[in-house]
Amino acid sequence: MRRIYLDHNATTPVHPEVLKEMENALELTYGNPSTLYLIGTEAKKKLEEARRRVASRIGAKTEEIIFTGGGTEANNLALFGICRARKKEGNHIITSKIEHDSVLNSAKALERDGFNITYLPVDSYGMVDPGELSKAIRPDTILISIMHSNNETGTIQPIKDMTEIAREKGIPFHTDAVQSIGKINVDVAGFGADLLTIASHKIYGPKGVGALYIKKGTRLQPILYGGHQEKGYRPGTEDVPGIIGFGKAAEISMKNTEDNRLVVLRDRLYNSLSERIEMVRLNGHPVKRLPNTLNISIEFVEGEGMVLALDDLGISVGTGSACATATLEPSHVLAAMGVPPQIAHCTLRFSLGWDTTDEDVDYVIGVLPDVVKKMRGFSPLYKEYLRKSRKEAV
Amino acid sequence: MYSEKVMEHFRNPRNMGEMENPDGTGKVGNPVCGDVMELYIKVRDNIIIDARFQTFGCGAAIATSSMVTEMVKGKSIDEALRISNKAVAEALDGLPPVKIHCSVLAEEALRSAIEDYMKKKG
Repeated sequence: MRRIYLDHNATTPVHPEVLKEMENALELTYGNPSTLYLIGTEAKKKLEEARRRVASRIGAKTEEIIFTGGGTEANNLALFGICRARKKEGNHIITSKIEHDSVLNSAKALERDGFNITYLPVDSYGMVDPGELSKAIRPDTILISIMHSNNETGTIQPIKDMTEIAREKGIPFHTDAVQSIGKINVDVAGFGADLLTIASHKIYGPKGVGALYIKKGTRLQPILYGGHQEKGYRPGTEDVPGIIGFGKAAEISMKNTEDNRLVVLRDRLYNSLSERIEMVRLNGHPVKRLPNTLNISIEFVEGEGMVLALDDLGISVGTGSACATATLEPSHVLAAMGVPPQIAHCTLRFSLGWDTTDEDVDYVIGVLPDVVKKMRGFSPLYKEYLRKSRKEAV
Repeated sequence: MYSEKVMEHFRNPRNMGEMENPDGTGKVGNPVCGDVMELYIKVRDNIIIDARFQTFGCGAAIATSSMVTEMVKGKSIDEALRISNKAVAEALDGLPPVKIHCSVLAEEALRSAIEDYMKKKG
């Protein structure tokens, strides 16, 4: 059966060129980069080449990139690392209500350790107000962590306005840019964050590899202890093949100028679906949004049911965050935006990628209205809605 | 994450849709929590001769609704009242732990439909 993958915000397929470099590395580049003989020094060289590639992807200096075991670990390192290094200077952290679980749950763990956390609200588009950040800053604030763009809605945050506020007050600023890299231009030197998180598997690289950008001069403690690797910030023998794949993926994503094509496809998907299905609601900012992301609520049909029905038709989509599938709570992101829970339960997130074609989008436009029609046909909520609207018409 | 049986009932729900002039109707759940089940029964001589449902909810909610309507048909009121959520889940070859509440909802919908029938009967 035809398979259409439209969940690129959850993860991406490995790019063929990445795969080729990794296969090569798994076979040949097995040396430990910390050793002195040729096989080791060659691995070290490749490791540093990957670091250079990742650094140039975000406009950083090579030595400012620390490889980690993924985005979650990089977010943990940023939050715990800064808080442990600066706990004598204060115990207040500012983040937002719409962060990824790896930031939110790190913040909650720090809260249990005695830190005070402010969770900034967002507006109905899922945007943090820099003015709210200014108001939240206290003399004992030691860290601000606000994501670059949101994984569920794609809403892009006004990061530069916020880093400027942080810099003025001398507070380290971390941004989780996992969803932005490879989708929009991310120039860390340009907007001036002190820490920035990247994940390889969101940019067509392998899973289990990520990086934390640490601006020169930022004080940070490790969260793992061991050898001297990654300047001691991330001890343990490096995942050389994974990092090489990550580097290649970063290099490819620089050349990739898919943004305009994806915006056109995505907007066609949304417009056609809203023409064919009543009561479709867009979640996220209409314009300041990742080019590939479309988050919609289709009222009176529960999201998971639609995901299962679409899967039977060969379409892979999510209801929001892949990490939240195991819980029954509606999305914390949509809740923070003020979306009522009964509507948040009816959500689908389409996220397009380089492998998405015009035909893929046409196919979804062709089949989704029938799926919705069928499921609304046995939805008691839709029945009530029809009765109510009939009464109002009379 | 779902059993084949759950997926089969999700794909081909039995007894789906509204019932005309039911003898008993049970409505449970809440859209805020993400599940609403409506279950209708037709009763003759103390035997449930037909059952139908309408459900807003996840795959498990639809499958448990479908399964409970199958299980209840042909049973006496007393027998129907003994159908537990556990029996519904077992008939579907099990449910993931976070979805057990869907089988509870199915049991509650059935009980509520029977209560409604008893009340009407007086």
